[in-house]
Order: sequence, then C-alpha cells, then structure tokens
Amino acid sequence: MRINCPNCGTRDRREFYYQGDALALDRPAPDAGPLVWDDYLHNRKNPAGETRDLWFHEAGCGAWLVVERNTLTHAIHSATLAETAIR
Amino acid sequence: MGYSGFRVIKEGLFGQRGWKPVWRDPEPKAAYDAVIIGGGGHGLSTAYYLAKEHGLTNIAVLEKGYIGGGNVGRNTTIVRANYFLPGNAEFYSHSLKLWEGMAQDLNYNVMHSQRGLINLFHSDGQRDAFVRRGNAMINQGDDAVLLDREGVRRHLPYLDFDNVRFPIYGGLLHPRGGTARHDAVAWGYARGADQRGVDIIQNCEVTGIDIEGGVVKGVQTTRGVIRAKKVGIVVAGRSGQVAAMAGMRLPIESHVLQAFVTEGLKPIIDHVVSFGMGHFYISQSDKGGLVFGGDLDFYSSYAARGNLPMKEHVMDAAMTLMPVIGKARVLRSWGGIMDMTPDGSPIIDKTPTEGLFVDCGWCYGGFKAVPGSGFSFAHLMATGQHHEPAAKFRLDRFRTGVGLMDEEGTGSQHNLH
Repeated sequence: MRINCPNCGTRDRREFYYQGDALALDRPAPDAGPLVWDDYLHNRKNPAGETRDLWFHEAGCGAWLVVERNTLTHAIHSATLAETAIR
Repeated sequence: MGYSGFRVIKEGLFGQRGWKPVWRDPEPKAAYDAVIIGGGGHGLSTAYYLAKEHGLTNIAVLEKGYIGGGNVGRNTTIVRANYFLPGNAEFYSHSLKLWEGMAQDLNYNVMHSQRGLINLFHSDGQRDAFVRRGNAMINQGDDAVLLDREGVRRHLPYLDFDNVRFPIYGGLLHPRGGTARHDAVAWGYARGADQRGVDIIQNCEVTGIDIEGGVVKGVQTTRGVIRAKKVGIVVAGRSGQVAAMAGMRLPIESHVLQAFVTEGLKPIIDHVVSFGMGHFYISQSDKGGLVFGGDLDFYSSYAARGNLPMKEHVMDAAMTLMPVIGKARVLRSWGGIMDMTPDGSPIIDKTPTEGLFVDCGWCYGGFKAVPGSGFSFAHLMATGQHHEPAAKFRLDRFRTGVGLMDEEGTGSQHNLH
C-alpha cells in the first residue's frame, strides 16, 4: 500500500500513521452534548468500501493528509492536505 | 448420533460410509421466537445456550456464508484466561471453565489442549507488569506461575536466550491456557444447537432489520422475510453494516489481523509462546504446522488480507526469538476482519431498539470467548438481564467514560488497540 503525499510524492505505507475516520476534522461545539460527542469520538460508519480517513506523514513531511481509499480493495484514490480539507 | 472410539473403529471397517451430516439444512420458517444474525462461533454458541440453558428452541441462526467459513475457522486457536482488568477477568475465567467442559457437554471432540501458555518478558519493568498480571489471574481463581530465565529454559530450550538486544528475563506461565481445534468448535456447537431444534440456515444473508415503533419485528433476508420477537446481532467485523440496518452506528472500526501457517513439521513447539518485545505469538497445530500471528496492520480494512510491513515485522520477531524455525516454509497467510472497539474490550448489550441485542467488539481475541460470549449473550437475550461475568461489557461505557476496560493501557480511542 502506497500513499501519494502532495508534498513528498508516492511513499510506502510505513511512513504514515493511521489516525482514523476523517470525521475527526468535523469537531462538534464544546456544548454540543454527550450524544454528539459520543458519535464524534467513538461511533463509526465503518464502511466496507469507499472511505475517507486521516493519515499523518510522520516519517516524511509531517503533514496530516485526508486519504480517500477503498477498505475492500486497499486501492488508494487520493491524498490531500488536511489543512485544505477543513471547512 | 453419538461418537465413540468403537464407532470410529466400526466406520473404519466399513469404508466410512455410515457418517451422516450432523446438522439439518432446513428452509427458513416464517417466524421464530428469536433469530441470531451470524453463524460464527459466537452466534452458534449463543443459539446452543439459548436452547440448552433457557429452553428456547424455536430459533434460527442466519449465516450468509457457510458454517465455519469465517473468523471461527481462520484464527490462531488460542484459549486463555490471563486478563487483568475487572470485567475481562471474570468473563474469560468463566469462558475457560466452559472450554474445559465443552467436549463432554457437546459430545464432540474439540481437541482442547491445555498445553500451557508462556508470555515472555525481557526487562525488569515487564517482569513487574507480569507479576502484577499473574497475581490478578490468581485472585480471579485462575492459574499463573512466574518463571525465571532458567524456568523458561526448561520449558522452551529452543529460544535464543543469548539475544543481546532482547534478553529473556523470564515468562508468565498460564498452565490452563492452550489451543483448540477451531473448526470442531463451530461444528460441535452447530450440531448441539441443531439437536435441540435450532434451525441453522446457511447462505442466508440478512439485508434489513424490521423495526416498528421502536420494537424489532424481524429481518429481511435473501431467502425471504423472517419475523422474530428477538434478534441478536453477532457478526464480528460486519457489525457496522448490520447495525446500520437498525439505524445504529456502533463504536466499532474493522481492522485486518494477519496470521501465518508453515508446512507440517515434527513436534517442536509444545506450548503457546508469545514474544514480549515484538508482536509475535506461536503454537504448533496437531497437523504439525506452526501457527503464528502478529499485530493489526492498523488501518481500517475489509480486504481479508494484509500488507507486507506487518508480515516482515512478524518474521523479524520470529527470527529474533526462535531462529530455530528459520528454515520452516510458510505455507499460507491470511487476514481476518476484526471488530475493534475504542478500549479493546467487547460489547454484549441491549440496543435502543426493544428486542434487538448486540454482541460484538471482540477485537483480535474472539476465539477464546466463543463459549462465554454465547452463554452470556443467550442469558441476556432470554432473560433481559445481564449475565454476571459479562455485565461490564456495556455499550454506553464509551459515552459515559465509566467502566472502560483498556487492557493495554494505551487509551480509549480507535486506532490504539
């Protein structure tokens, strides 16, 4: 599995740390309530197929990436800088 | 149909023609008292104990593939009760007791072999941690023996004791730990449940869960609609998809865990052995193959195969600990789909939908839990009350933060277990 880092080019999966679902970027308001925070921290759609998750290029440029990939095939479609993905 | 040594000899004399299928292949009925989604080890044992302990026999197990075709037939077969935290400790202790009576109970040889499990340690700090764990196991009523370096050498003379970087300081021996024949466990429970009237329906995929007014009414399947008063979801790595049918999201992320088997060798590894300085554990099957595995690949996956970096790590660890197996040839490797929870401990609980129950989150340790999980889940489904040894496996512990069971002490967050 290789990830195409926008800064560094295509690199081995071992250079990256997997964080989890990219919903981590959609942080709820502090007073959103326990159910919303439970969903944000723990509950997952856990898709079998296309997914969008966060990887950290820890042995490279140190950028956080949003990676679109397929959990059934391990195909990686795209990797973009997380800082540009935050709405 | 009973099994005996006499029967084996008799069938041997007559060309093995007397054996019959040991469970029926029924058509699904229109309605059941309870339906179990998922015919893996946990689903089958749930059905068995629902019938045996609670007299619920008008029930069905719905399996989308075939019995024994999932994780229950594709794991490293280790059975142990060496957990530390309250919640896990009493549950696995209960499960191990069920293992010890399983072959008699099912009249089916599950080849449960209590060959002893040795967790090695390689530093003073690790020794302290294992002393503490061993005391917790003894307090729970299970067994643990602390071995020093020479004690380990008596059991495992083939290890590389002179490794400069990772010297062996000793090990924690769990004498009642061991292995079992995984397929036989699935087949034994399937047969036992079938004998008590449970319908085991294979090639039947659940495609929807019918809920009216917050109460479960039944399931949609590829073989038609089946109404049911109670529905249990026991689908391991596929928990996310089945829960979505009930409008739920679970604290589960599915990851890939790899395992490996070598060609058959003469007996060399008599125990289950785990390395303390890399993720590697090994036992030898009765066919002679060395069965070993490592850690997760650490990214969500349903591919049922892993990537090369973890393979390399496992092989590195094997060669560091026991170079004696270096010339064994790996026959095959595979990846299983693991239902990982944030704290690394399982869930046996009710859901917000009345009559709908969930048993999931077994992470990479589901096999040893097969009898205990089924027993406790059957208790919950039949009585509506949590079974004492599994009473802490609650779904809401993540929301409240109360009762988290983070056995590794790494934090309650996806991607850390």
